[in-house]
Amino acid sequence: MRRETRHAGVFTRRALLLMGGQVAVLGALAAKLYQVQVVEGARYTTMANENRISARMIAPPRGRILDRFGVPLAANRVNWRALLIAEQTNDVQATLDNFARIVPLADHERARLDREVHRHRRFIPVMVREFLTWDDMAAIEVNAPDLPGILVDVGTSRIYPFGEQFAHIIGYVAPPSEADVAEDPLLALPGIRIGRAGIESTQDQVLRGRAGAVQLEVNAVGRVIRELDRQEGLQGDEVGLAIDSGLQQAVLNRLAEESASAVVLDCRNGEVLAMVSNPSFDPSLFNSGVSQAQWVEWTKDRRTPLINKATAGLYAPGSTFKMAVALAGLESHAITPTERFSCPGHLDIGDTRFHCWRVGGHGSLDLRGGLKNSCDVYFYEVARRTGIDRIAAMANRLGMGTQLAIDLPEARNGLIPTREWRMGHGHAWNIGDTIVSGIGQGYIQVTPLQLATYAARLASGRALEPHLTRRIGNSLQPGARPETWPSLGLSERSLHIMREGMWAVVNEPGGTAPLARLPNGVQMAGKTGSAQVRRVSRELREHGHFNSAKLPWEYRPHALFVAFAPYDAPRYALAVVVEHGNAGAAAAAPVARDLMMSTLSRDPAGRNEPPGGPVAGGSILGATASSGTASSGALAGGTVADGPTAGGAVAGGAVGGAVSGRSVFGGPAAGGPAPGRTLTAQDAVPARPVP
Amino acid sequence: MTNDRRLLRQTSFDLTTKVLRISWLYVLLLCALAAVGYTALYSAAGGSPEPFAARHVIRFATGLVIMVGVALVDIRFIARLAWPAYVVALGLLAAVLEIGHVGKGAQRWLDLGGLQLQPSELMKIALVLALAAWFHRASWERIGNPLFLIPPVIAVLLPVGLILKEPNLGTALITALVGAAVFFAAGVRWWKFLLVALPVPFAAKFAYEHLHDYQRARIDTFLNPESDPLGAGYNIIQSQIALGSGGMWGKGFLQGTQGHLDFLPEKQTDFIFTMIGEEFGLVGALAVMGLLCLIVLGGMLIALRCRHQFGRLVALGIAFNFFMYVFVNIAMVMGAIPVGGVPLPLVSHGGSAMITVMLGFGILMSVHVHRDVEFGEMPDRR
Repeated sequence: MRRETRHAGVFTRRALLLMGGQVAVLGALAAKLYQVQVVEGARYTTMANENRISARMIAPPRGRILDRFGVPLAANRVNWRALLIAEQTNDVQATLDNFARIVPLADHERARLDREVHRHRRFIPVMVREFLTWDDMAAIEVNAPDLPGILVDVGTSRIYPFGEQFAHIIGYVAPPSEADVAEDPLLALPGIRIGRAGIESTQDQVLRGRAGAVQLEVNAVGRVIRELDRQEGLQGDEVGLAIDSGLQQAVLNRLAEESASAVVLDCRNGEVLAMVSNPSFDPSLFNSGVSQAQWVEWTKDRRTPLINKATAGLYAPGSTFKMAVALAGLESHAITPTERFSCPGHLDIGDTRFHCWRVGGHGSLDLRGGLKNSCDVYFYEVARRTGIDRIAAMANRLGMGTQLAIDLPEARNGLIPTREWRMGHGHAWNIGDTIVSGIGQGYIQVTPLQLATYAARLASGRALEPHLTRRIGNSLQPGARPETWPSLGLSERSLHIMREGMWAVVNEPGGTAPLARLPNGVQMAGKTGSAQVRRVSRELREHGHFNSAKLPWEYRPHALFVAFAPYDAPRYALAVVVEHGNAGAAAAAPVARDLMMSTLSRDPAGRNEPPGGPVAGGSILGATASSGTASSGALAGGTVADGPTAGGAVAGGAVGGAVSGRSVFGGPAAGGPAPGRTLTAQDAVPARPVP
Repeated sequence: MTNDRRLLRQTSFDLTTKVLRISWLYVLLLCALAAVGYTALYSAAGGSPEPFAARHVIRFATGLVIMVGVALVDIRFIARLAWPAYVVALGLLAAVLEIGHVGKGAQRWLDLGGLQLQPSELMKIALVLALAAWFHRASWERIGNPLFLIPPVIAVLLPVGLILKEPNLGTALITALVGAAVFFAAGVRWWKFLLVALPVPFAAKFAYEHLHDYQRARIDTFLNPESDPLGAGYNIIQSQIALGSGGMWGKGFLQGTQGHLDFLPEKQTDFIFTMIGEEFGLVGALAVMGLLCLIVLGGMLIALRCRHQFGRLVALGIAFNFFMYVFVNIAMVMGAIPVGGVPLPLVSHGGSAMITVMLGFGILMSVHVHRDVEFGEMPDRR
């Protein structure tokens, strides 16, 4: 009994001790629980939310691109897609078989689907087919019971209603590259596209818009449980271009099958009303992927459909350059307008003879006559007196061989050679180089856009820059107002002589471009040009058998024309380059005439004025002239520099091959002096009320 | 002395008396705990009685029947079965090493026609019974004799060794500690515990170097869970996030994001307490801990009220075993001790553990029912 009491006593003490220990341990756990749940609760709550909430961005719809009248040039279209969620069907293959009975699936599509279904987790949607038609959609909806796991989803894709007509201006969009995504993670969003060329590229930031966000609750393996919050993205701004889509189409129709480019500018503010590089390509093919065959076809075509020849095609300006030469001479007082030079058909410098295009010569000519007849010898003399560096400075000032502020990527600068540039290439400048530069040959290379800018600057006297973007969202860009653009700082008298000469080229009997005369009474001023792509040998010329029209296509000279109209109140300027068109007067002048007719009849710049605003050429007729009247009589501009042999000491060998899109010299020309910044009374454009 | 109620011993009771002597309050506590389990499992299944909660009820009901049945068995009969039970359990432990199924690293079970039996669970009860039977007849002086302690020490070490070999470090440690608790309550001298405890740090170091990689990983991730957030530390981190984000009042029933979105692993078994903490907050978790504490202390009170040494030691051992379950599980989900695959009894989903635990509570209740029976020392075998 005593043992029992003792047992009980020891046991009681020790049991109580253990109970105390147990309570203490559980108390410690409770304290720890308090620490985890209350003290550090906020931190763990954050971590739990990070676990469960997955924020995803939604790609915003891309902004539209419109022409100046609001016609959409790039828009978005609803893209109906069929998706497959493997876990929602018991038999993926049966579902796909049923689907294929409604929308046929090719074998390679089935193979791709099998791959993707196996690669992804079973709850991740796999794209079965994009760009479903409305009928397909309806059929899928009707047959939904037979298509477990098929889900129809709506996205957007970019469309270009005019297809290839605006390809070079608008550019195209494509999925972002990995480098793009590294720069801006937003671009990783599914379905987002990035502008790859044209306005799509230069205005990409504007068009892109702001991404929306959706907060999703996801579980441990990433399956979306439900949507917690959704903020729709903000569509990118609309970009309104200065382009008139109707005029663009008219230009395209006129150029037809030629490998040619044309630019029409509003010569008061530099707005690009039409810019055509023919032939073109279908930009929407880049959205879905270009086939190998298509790619080969494009790259093998010698008319270079992928290159925007208007901004990246480099051509010797030929005789169209003569106004720049003359202006350089006048402004530097190397010549006077009335001084007469005699043209015997050639000019001998040292032992080299430089020919005029007219065998036998023009006789005695003043500046106006030199321009009207496009006399080569006259301008050989002007160039000789003025010197290359002044000519180059003037050319740069007028927009050639220099960087223009055009809002397109990959516009080329061309080249106006200077002594310094030639020295940089390890050669001394020869007087012969100056002589051929006087007629826009030699090393000189310009783009059609630069030629149009040149014509617009001559017409307006303003240092305007060609530009496409007229409106972003609802705000008119400052460049749309003519007074934004400063004067070139050239004397009105000199400019007037240039305009008069250009008027005579088209409108006076004996001018080189009678084919460019407008049939509606409006007077157009212009200048022809032909740019050789191949040297003419002495033998051919001396034997009198030279006829460039008989050359193979790719060796024929390019035909050029620059113009503005109306002569007395310039409103539109244009440049046309017909590749291998042979002669500017025959091939380019009629095109220029028809384009100007279309421009004047549409009058896009005038129509855009608010009601009551003056309209230039109000009496312009709607009809465009027939181009069937072209006579082959006037062979103008076929300037030939007859050099001894290639690499000869004198200038003869300097006629460079200038084929579109491929430049011999990559470097920019020496920059000319900055255009004058002061607005003077010599403003070429008669004062016009601007709203 | 004759007035002392404790001396008024009876040799046997009729069935009605026995049923009345069952502590129905204690049974109510167990039912409350099972109800907590039902609620948590209902939530763990995403708001459905299937597949966990409904089976939980059936198992608990079965367990309750077993418990009451065992409670009515005379404690003296149970004492006679102590050593045979121990031998059987030891045999099962040995068998499980040979033919047992291995799951999740180390937990071994025998498949007895659909019922998965973990012999280690059974062993702990059998060990408590065997040790209680051994010390029941021992005098204070005898307990002081080191030689007398050798057989029970061997009785502890044999199963501990076998469980270690499974290998299941957590259960082995619990088994050893439960044994030690019975030794302690029986009156083994303090200094002997110190003597055993002193070399433990060195043994631990030695053991760590001979542990399996996964066991070592558990200890490593315990010391620094963030070192491997997607691997071994993932469970602990997600469990802590779930508890912590529950805050004071919890996210609400069925609203636990960690549990319902599957960030919480094994939420219906080992991490059921985390589910409760996430959905019902600190308040709910402390309430459940309070209930668990009442059950532990209730068991200890049954031990204290018993008037024979065998009953006292058995009750204490079973209560302590339950306490160890609770402690290891809750400390584990909070990241306070290495993860050890120990369920929360009567709350976690799992059949074998439920039946074993209820068997233990049946024996505990038998002690309570037979607390006053005339149960002298066992015949001295010497």
